[in-house]
Amino acid sequence: MIADILFFMFASILLAGSLGVVLSKNPMYSVLFLVLSFFNAAGLFLLIGAEFLGLLLMMVYVGAIAVMFLFVLMTVDMTQQDDDGKRSPLFVTLVLVTGGVLLFEIIISILAGVASNTRLSEFVATQSDVQNIVQLGQVLFTNYVYPFIAVSMILLVGMVGAIVLTHRKREGALKQDISEQIGRTREESIEIVTPSLGKGIS
Amino acid sequence: MENVALHHYLILSAMLFVVGLIGIFLNRKSIIIILMCIELMLLSVNINFVAFSAFLGDLTGQIFTFFILTVAAAEVSIGLAILTIFYRNRHSGDVEDSNLMKG
Repeated sequence: MIADILFFMFASILLAGSLGVVLSKNPMYSVLFLVLSFFNAAGLFLLIGAEFLGLLLMMVYVGAIAVMFLFVLMTVDMTQQDDDGKRSPLFVTLVLVTGGVLLFEIIISILAGVASNTRLSEFVATQSDVQNIVQLGQVLFTNYVYPFIAVSMILLVGMVGAIVLTHRKREGALKQDISEQIGRTREESIEIVTPSLGKGIS
Repeated sequence: MENVALHHYLILSAMLFVVGLIGIFLNRKSIIIILMCIELMLLSVNINFVAFSAFLGDLTGQIFTFFILTVAAAEVSIGLAILTIFYRNRHSGDVEDSNLMKG
């Protein structure tokens, strides 16, 4: 009973937050609504018993992705968008009708086909006496170790790609030149002088 | 009130997906809102996977949610990097300004 109330609360706030993402004029508010949506989705995950994924959603989405959105939004200054592109009412109704039809079709197909719960060939049963994170680790590092490695490569490519895309050479930046450092000789780098008394080095 | 079943989660996920899709269509101007709508759609797919995983007692869905989460993080980092260099070159973040190949 309490779980049902929590489900409907999380679901309604999630949908309201996503509508806020779509409808708000200021992109900063959109990011904050996105954070709200992610927290409620994490609540749904916790409610359904996927504790690790719920906490991971909070950490990855709110801690990394939403903060990255905020950071880019602050550096890029997207708030100056002039609102000349007022959508024509015909376009808006067309979009809403398309979305409504798509939603209707999905819901019809869900309600028609949800009874046939076919199982995958690689069925990994959940155990009720083991913690969720322990089970995930046991499956992830055995059955799915190669996808796990592939996904880590995707993350590496993402990191390298972001750095390569946004990096730029600046004029006047001091940079280390290793060949120049190694290639200097004794003759051009030091000079032995014998200063006479009371004169100093001129 | 009936108990929360699988189709509640599926309908919620479908509604979230459609909201993200409509958001892409309605805000065709700014790239950053389009990226956020893509995040919403990925989140709805995640909810779908987790719901099936929980109700069928199969852990595979949660594994795939894990992978989707990773791919979403990589995708958003690349997308925001592209947005940053686009803004640096064109001084705008509108999709309609990326028209060099329009002909």
